[in-house]
Amino acid sequence: MKLFKNRQSAFLMASPYIAWAVIFIVVPLAMVIYYGVTDNSGALTFENIARISESGYLKALYRSILLAFISTLICFLLAYPLGMILSSMKLTRNTYLVTLFILPMWMNFLLRTLTWMTLLEGKGVINTILEFLHLPTINIINTSGAIVLGMVYNFLPFMILPIYNSLSRIDDNIINAARDLGADSLQTFLRITLPLSVPGIISGITMVFIPALTTFAISTMLGGSKILLIGNIIEQQFTQVYDWHLGSGLSIVLMIFILLNMIIESVSDKEGGIF
Amino acid sequence: MKKVFERIYLAIILIFMYAPIVTLIILSFNSSKSRAKWGGFTLKWYTRLFSDQAVASALVNTLLIAVLATIFSTIIGTITCIAMIGLNSKLRSVIMGITNIPMINADIVTGISLMLLFRFLHLGSGFTTILLAHITFNIPFVMLSVMPRVKSLNFYVYEAALDLGATPLYAFRKTMLPDIMPGVVSGALMAFTMSLDDFIITYFTKGSGFETLSTLIYNEVKRGIQPEIYALSAIIFVVVLSLLMIIYRSPNNKVKEK
Repeated sequence: MKLFKNRQSAFLMASPYIAWAVIFIVVPLAMVIYYGVTDNSGALTFENIARISESGYLKALYRSILLAFISTLICFLLAYPLGMILSSMKLTRNTYLVTLFILPMWMNFLLRTLTWMTLLEGKGVINTILEFLHLPTINIINTSGAIVLGMVYNFLPFMILPIYNSLSRIDDNIINAARDLGADSLQTFLRITLPLSVPGIISGITMVFIPALTTFAISTMLGGSKILLIGNIIEQQFTQVYDWHLGSGLSIVLMIFILLNMIIESVSDKEGGIF
Repeated sequence: MKKVFERIYLAIILIFMYAPIVTLIILSFNSSKSRAKWGGFTLKWYTRLFSDQAVASALVNTLLIAVLATIFSTIIGTITCIAMIGLNSKLRSVIMGITNIPMINADIVTGISLMLLFRFLHLGSGFTTILLAHITFNIPFVMLSVMPRVKSLNFYVYEAALDLGATPLYAFRKTMLPDIMPGVVSGALMAFTMSLDDFIITYFTKGSGFETLSTLIYNEVKRGIQPEIYALSAIIFVVVLSLLMIIYRSPNNKVKEK
C-alpha cells in the first residue's frame, strides 16, 4: 500500500491534530492535576484532594453518586422495554418513531430542564391542574426528587439510543434458533437477548451516569440552592470562591470515580454480562 | 393483548417526553405572565423576543461558533483519520486514547481544564476561547464517525488511479472522498449539534460579558423565567423538529449511527 510515501509523510499529516490534542487535551488535564496537588505557594500537597473527606463535600459526593445511580437505574428500567418494543416493530415505520424518542436530545439541555421548573413550581402548571381537579398538590421542587426527575428527563434519550441500536442488531435467526431448541421466552430473553445487548446497556449507563454524576445545572435549577452536588461545589470553587487548587483537587476525585466506573464497566463487558 | 400493552407503554413514554415541551409552547402564547392561569392568546412574547438585542447577539454567537467549530473540527478530524492509516499501530492507539479523553471525561472537568489553560496563556475569554474549546470537543465526534469509513476503504482503487496518471489529490477526490463522505457528513452533523447544545464547557470558557444561547438561558433562569424564554423554546423546538425531518427524509442518511 502506498497511500503515503513513508511513515514521515503520514506523521506530518497527523501532526496538526497531534499538536492540537497535546495543547488542548493533555496540557489542560495536566494543569488540573498540577493545581490539584499544589497549594498557593506551589508546594506539593495532597490537602486539596483530602478535603473531600470534610463532611459538606463528602455529603455532596455521596448525594451525587446516589442520585446519579437512581437516575441511571430509572432510565435503564424505562429504556430497556422501550428498546425491545421499538426493535420488534417492522423497520420502515419505526425510523420516524425512533427519531421521536431521541428528538428531545437535540433540544437545548437548559430548556429541557427549565420546562420542569415551570411544571413543578409551587404555583406551577402541575399544581394548578391538580387544584382544578381537587387533588392534593405536590411539592417536590427543590428536593432531590426533582433533581432525579430532571436527570431522567434529560438523559433518557442517551439510554434509549444505544440500547435500541444493540437490540435491533440482534439477528432474528438466533432468537428463532433458541426457540426451536426449546427455550421459553424468559430463557431466550435471559440467555440470548440480554447478553447480546450488554454493549448497548453499558454505553447507555456511561452516557447517563457520568453526566448525572457531574451535573451542576440540573441541581441549581431544580434543587434550589440548598441541595448541592459535587458538580456545584466544584463550579463554585471556580466561579465564586476562586480557589482553583481546591476545585482542581475535587475534580481529581471526580475523575477517579469516572475511571472506576469505566473499569467496572469494561470488566463486566469482558465477562459478557453484568447480571 | 401484548400489542395493546406495548402501544400504551410507548404512549406513556412519549407523553412524559413531550407533554412538558407542549406546555412550554402553550405558555409562550399566554398573555398572562403567571404560569398558573390562562390570560388569553398573545404573540407579544414573540415580538419582545425578536426585539431583544441580547437574545439576537447570543443567537448569532451560538450559530457562528457552531458553524466555525464544525468546519474546523471536520477538516482536522478527517485529515487525521486518513493520516492514521500510515502510522504505526502504537502511535495510532496513543492518539485514539488521547482523543477519547474529552468523550469519557466529565464536561465540567474538560471545561475547567480549558479555562485553566486559557487563563495561563492569557488568551482572554469570549469568542476565541469558546471556539477553541468547541473544536477540541468536536474533533473526537468527527473521528468517531469517519474512522470506520476510512478503515473499510479499498486503497487499491487509489493506487490504480495513480498508476493511470492521476495526481494524488485528484485520485483522493475521485476514489476515497466519495466513500468516506457519509461518515464526514454525519460527523459534521454530530459536531454541529454538540456545539449548539453545549452549556457546561462554554460556561467555563466564556468569561463575562459574552453569551451564547445556553449561557443566556442559564442567567435568565437564575433571575426568574420570563415568558420570552418560552417563545424561544417553542422556536428552537420547531426548528429542531423540521431540521430532523429534512435529514431523515434525505436518502442514505446515517445520522442515527452514533
